[in-house]
Amino acid sequence: MGIVASVLKKFHGGVHPTGHKELTERCAIEPMPMPERLIVPLHQHLGAPSVPVVQVGDKVFKGDLLGASGGFVSAAIHAPTSGTIQAIQEHPVGHPSGLTMLCVVIAPDGADQWNPGLKGTADPTTLDPSAIRDRIKGAGIVGLGGATFPSFIKLSPPRDKVVDLLLINAVECEPYLTCDARLMEERPQDVVAGIRIMLHALQTKQCVIGIEANKPKAIAAMEKAVAGQSDIRVVSLPVMYPQGSEKQLIEVVTGRQVPSKGLPVDVGVIVHNVATAVAIRDTIELGHPLVSRIVTVTGGGITRPANVEVLIGTLVDDVIRHCGGLKSHTKKVIMGGPMMGLALHQTDIPVVKGTSGILALTAEESSGKTEHPCIRCGSCVNACPIQLVPCTMAWFAKTDQIDQLPKVDLFDCIECGSCAYVCPANIPLVHYFRYGKLTLQAKDREDKKKALTKQRSQAREERLAREKEEKERKKEEMKAKMAAKKSDVGSSSEVKTGSPTVSKKVTAKGGTATDSKGGGDDPPVDHAKTAKGTSLPEE
Amino acid sequence: MTIPSRLTVSDTLSFWTLETERAMPPSSLSFTSSPHVHGGDSIPRIMHTVILALMPATLLSILVFGWPALWVIVITTLTAVVTEHLLVKLRLRPSPVGDLSAALTGLLLALTLPPHAPWWICVVGGIFAILLGKQVYGGLGYNMFNPALIARVFLLISFPVEMTTWPHPVGLLGEEALAFGDAVALIFTGHMAPGEVMDAISSATPLGQYRMEVSLGKTVQEALGGNYAFSYFNATGGLVAGSLGETSALLLAAGGIFLLKKRIITWHIPLSMLAGCLIPAVLFWLIDGTKYPDPIFHLITGGLVLGAFFMATDMVTSPVTPLGQIIFGASCGLLTYIIRTWGGYPEGISFAIVIMNTAVPLLDQYTRPVIYGKTRKNA
Ligand code: SF4
Ligand code: SF4
Repeated sequence: MGIVASVLKKFHGGVHPTGHKELTERCAIEPMPMPERLIVPLHQHLGAPSVPVVQVGDKVFKGDLLGASGGFVSAAIHAPTSGTIQAIQEHPVGHPSGLTMLCVVIAPDGADQWNPGLKGTADPTTLDPSAIRDRIKGAGIVGLGGATFPSFIKLSPPRDKVVDLLLINAVECEPYLTCDARLMEERPQDVVAGIRIMLHALQTKQCVIGIEANKPKAIAAMEKAVAGQSDIRVVSLPVMYPQGSEKQLIEVVTGRQVPSKGLPVDVGVIVHNVATAVAIRDTIELGHPLVSRIVTVTGGGITRPANVEVLIGTLVDDVIRHCGGLKSHTKKVIMGGPMMGLALHQTDIPVVKGTSGILALTAEESSGKTEHPCIRCGSCVNACPIQLVPCTMAWFAKTDQIDQLPKVDLFDCIECGSCAYVCPANIPLVHYFRYGKLTLQAKDREDKKKALTKQRSQAREERLAREKEEKERKKEEMKAKMAAKKSDVGSSSEVKTGSPTVSKKVTAKGGTATDSKGGGDDPPVDHAKTAKGTSLPEE
Repeated sequence: MTIPSRLTVSDTLSFWTLETERAMPPSSLSFTSSPHVHGGDSIPRIMHTVILALMPATLLSILVFGWPALWVIVITTLTAVVTEHLLVKLRLRPSPVGDLSAALTGLLLALTLPPHAPWWICVVGGIFAILLGKQVYGGLGYNMFNPALIARVFLLISFPVEMTTWPHPVGLLGEEALAFGDAVALIFTGHMAPGEVMDAISSATPLGQYRMEVSLGKTVQEALGGNYAFSYFNATGGLVAGSLGETSALLLAAGGIFLLKKRIITWHIPLSMLAGCLIPAVLFWLIDGTKYPDPIFHLITGGLVLGAFFMATDMVTSPVTPLGQIIFGASCGLLTYIIRTWGGYPEGISFAIVIMNTAVPLLDQYTRPVIYGKTRKNA
């Protein structure tokens, strides 16, 4: 077991937010009545949006394709239930910008009938690893921990990398959330089945399931499920936020650090969320694409906290209503966990693949006091799991010294929020970091655009110069021809001295002509770049 | 929760432009940035914990030096608080005195003053600390120097006589103790009763005594023995002449450990500062024990413990990185030893810390930790 450290390592910093898991940890996963309509966004994952493949009025089965993957890093989107496509239109989604996004609206027919053509494979080991990857890709499976990175990519490591370990992230370090813990308690065999499929797809021999020690029941269930299978190990981890962050989890389990700007595979590890394992199992063994997920609905503002299996596209409103509605003193509704989740400004927003929780927090539960100046207490430095100096980064962002930010490693910040959690001055540090990142990205795009314009105008000038030269050359050629014709009547010696000069000139011009051809390749390249440049903001 | 390392930044946020963020519709829900929960720490909590940690030593100093000490503490602290309140009100901002930072500055300053300092020293010091030590920079968080110490340095240079007149520890209730009325008179007029001047009860601090006598050619033992009768026991317990806070190393250390336990401070600055002063003290003492006093003497006299736990650890004016804190602390300690042994002021702590305050921005810049996923080489 070379790669797994014999003693668990500790990552730097971290915090101990109050768990509040008792609200839902004993709530079994329950189904939800079919909502009146489902609004399925076509962009629920990291990467490019999906491309709609259905039309208004189409009848679809549960599991039919609604949107095809729109690029390499992208994911397919499927119908969460059977019914009619009512509209394909912009709708508000859970996004920090409050932007709308293209969504497919489905009116369920109530039958909730899977497409009869969807077939599973009872013994996945008979499948070729590439066939497994294709099916996972076709099923639109993305990381269900919240990052929503397309899963098939993480199962296709580059050829030159060796994967020693499949690490199952069942840490669930976000306070309040219990959906992963419940899943492990209720479906441990399916988790193991999913792991088997992934091990087979990766051709990896070893798996560790990392679970924080505050979920003894989930640990017990998983240990029972893997009993007698020495290649899958359940590891109980001391409770510490943000242990569920990929980088920190890898460090704790293997003692290795993922290089800055690198990927886990660089240290021989692939990390998948435990809920993703179950989704993969459902896809391979049952043939079902990803159309629902388990959501923890909780917080002091929820009347009846619960763990609910929710169809993708169900409105947050409907889910909250199913759980008894909001209490009147609710101050914030959050999609995801309290440390990294997104505060919603409206609740008619659809649940997507990455929605692990719906939290309604009261004023007492949530932060939001006035910001004071930094007193340089250093608490944030001690809490940062990346060992950044958050107060300095925030200072640069706040005072618009944007150029300084990359020098203090802003882009290594994982936005875990540990720094802001401990800050006695209540500085919304993560907010400043996002502002800094966005500003830098905007500037980057600007710079690229400028460079492109410059490049283009240069190319144009060059082309004009070439054309001018070309004209002159032709003129001269004509002159030379005329002269030659004239000299036909003159002495032959004149021709002999004249023609080499001409031919010399022609070769010289020929040289430039080739150059101009070489230069002529530029415009198409430009176009390619333009296409990329303009597509960037839409991504 | 899975956080991909490479794609988080560019992909999740690429279409979240700053403009659209501003264009969000009004809503009754609060939608501030994550995290949505907070650990509950606050500036007032920090300040009041530090004040609490200082209380045992403060109370002892009143017991040891009598009523005048109480007056010095009350006047200095009140001046600091009132100055802060008025200055911030002048700028039409809500008064920050509730955060207790001015009160703490006042208390710390009082602890560096002679126990029988006249009232105007306290007032001038309190105003200086808040006005020129803090508010001119923009208030809490922006000052470069420790406000209490910069005020003490100012007072020491401007009013050397008043700042180095040390009374005997006469006690609050003992035979030599001053009556309450006499104490008021002493602080406000400089006399206890007509004709009786303060010098009658003044004495030298152990550090002052050692420096003066050794510079006259005596040995440390002769300087501290004889009439002066230095006692380690009394010094540890605070029963010697000195400023209010230079008294009980024991109670101050207890307060410091309380702060460590409460995680208000970390070990880096206090430990490195003590080491920075005591290691050279050991070396020189071993070289010549008749010229250089032993390290215990250095530890329990003067303001070393107060400085290490309460002054150098002032958050605003010390580095935020662990390595920066260690270098800062060690340098403060070393400078203290140098000033104490060869400098012009036997109580070198304030100068040492104020000098090192100026190095803090540089220390922070050059001691950033090696972050996750990088090594020293490619950092
Ligand atoms: S925790 Fe807050 S107050 Fe303390 S140094 Fe960091 S940013 Fe400043
Ligand atoms: S949000 Fe960024 S800076 Fe703050 S603790 Fe997390 S990684 Fe460090």
